[in-house]
Amino acid sequence: MSAQAPPSAAVEAVLAFADDELVLGWRDSEWTGVAPFLEEDVAFSSIAQGEIGHARALYELVAGVQGGDADALAFDRAPEEYRCTPFAELQLVGDWAATIARHGLYEAADEIRVKALMESEWPELAGLAAKMDREETYHRMHARMWMEKLSGNERLEAALGELWPYALGVLEPEQRGELAKVAGRDEVEAVERGTHTDGFAALHEEMTIVRRSIPGAAW
Amino acid sequence: MTAERVWAALAELPDPEIPVISLVDLGVVRDVQVEGEHVRVQFTPTFLGCPAQEVMRDQMAEAVRSLGAEPEIDVVLDDSWSTDRITPEGRRKLEESGFAPPGPRTATGPTLVQLEAHAFRCPYCGSSDTRLENLFGPTPCRSIRYCESCRQPFEQFKTI
Repeated sequence: MSAQAPPSAAVEAVLAFADDELVLGWRDSEWTGVAPFLEEDVAFSSIAQGEIGHARALYELVAGVQGGDADALAFDRAPEEYRCTPFAELQLVGDWAATIARHGLYEAADEIRVKALMESEWPELAGLAAKMDREETYHRMHARMWMEKLSGNERLEAALGELWPYALGVLEPEQRGELAKVAGRDEVEAVERGTHTDGFAALHEEMTIVRRSIPGAAW
Repeated sequence: MTAERVWAALAELPDPEIPVISLVDLGVVRDVQVEGEHVRVQFTPTFLGCPAQEVMRDQMAEAVRSLGAEPEIDVVLDDSWSTDRITPEGRRKLEESGFAPPGPRTATGPTLVQLEAHAFRCPYCGSSDTRLENLFGPTPCRSIRYCESCRQPFEQFKTI
């Protein structure tokens, strides 16, 4: 714990970040067993595990300030309390081009976010962000490799266009210009946090069912 | 109680997923502080998504308890762990059991070009004619490579 409690806006931002990683990890895991080939089954499963590991560490950081624990934050909140970006919620399993488009855009946005958090005045957050940054190197390599492989593909390009306003919404408004530069696109009106996509209720139901079925169980 | 005794006990603990290497060889023990019968171990985990984290923590606590001391395992979540912390002994043990050890970490971290170009040797036949098959493997810390010489896939510890 820091000597001084971090500002509540910073804690809220970390909680939103944790929600992004949990929900995206969940969506990525939906490719387990059905990816175009075995290597990608392994890759998306491992990336999902990585994102959920990041979510857990971020929830623990929040719990250290607010009380409670990571599991309670991850699974005991009502759907409307989640602050995840609608971008992470989109269910894209079955559409590889759209999945790669999200992977590429999310990792680009996430890199900007993580690098900024490494400079945080909240020392535990800065340290955790530095650790996450190292692990994310592999997610970014994978995303870039696929963006290059499918570059110019009609379905990828269409998906990138469609998902772009969502990707901008991952970041704080002042960080969006940097993402636009990296992505080579114009800044447009973003799909903001605070509302959920139609699929989120079903996702929340599925994600929390085990915990709700036996409240308080230790695993 | 002395710090040396604690280090020696921790050096006996196998990694839960790659048991040929000890937790000390893996470099996850950052520091040991002894005050009377109270032992504080600073534990710097490998990957955040690693499911072996709790097992490692509990093993360390148990090892300290079996020395008759009171453990405090302090989990440090910053970037202090890197594959550069794996000891030379640990790297040798990895190689002997069919894991290619990680390459050295550069200041900017690994890149795909480096991982594809570096002459990582096959732990089975020693050939450097190997290629990256998958950045990801069965656990967060491993990639999959393939040896063109003996036609054997093998796992490699990711450089991080």
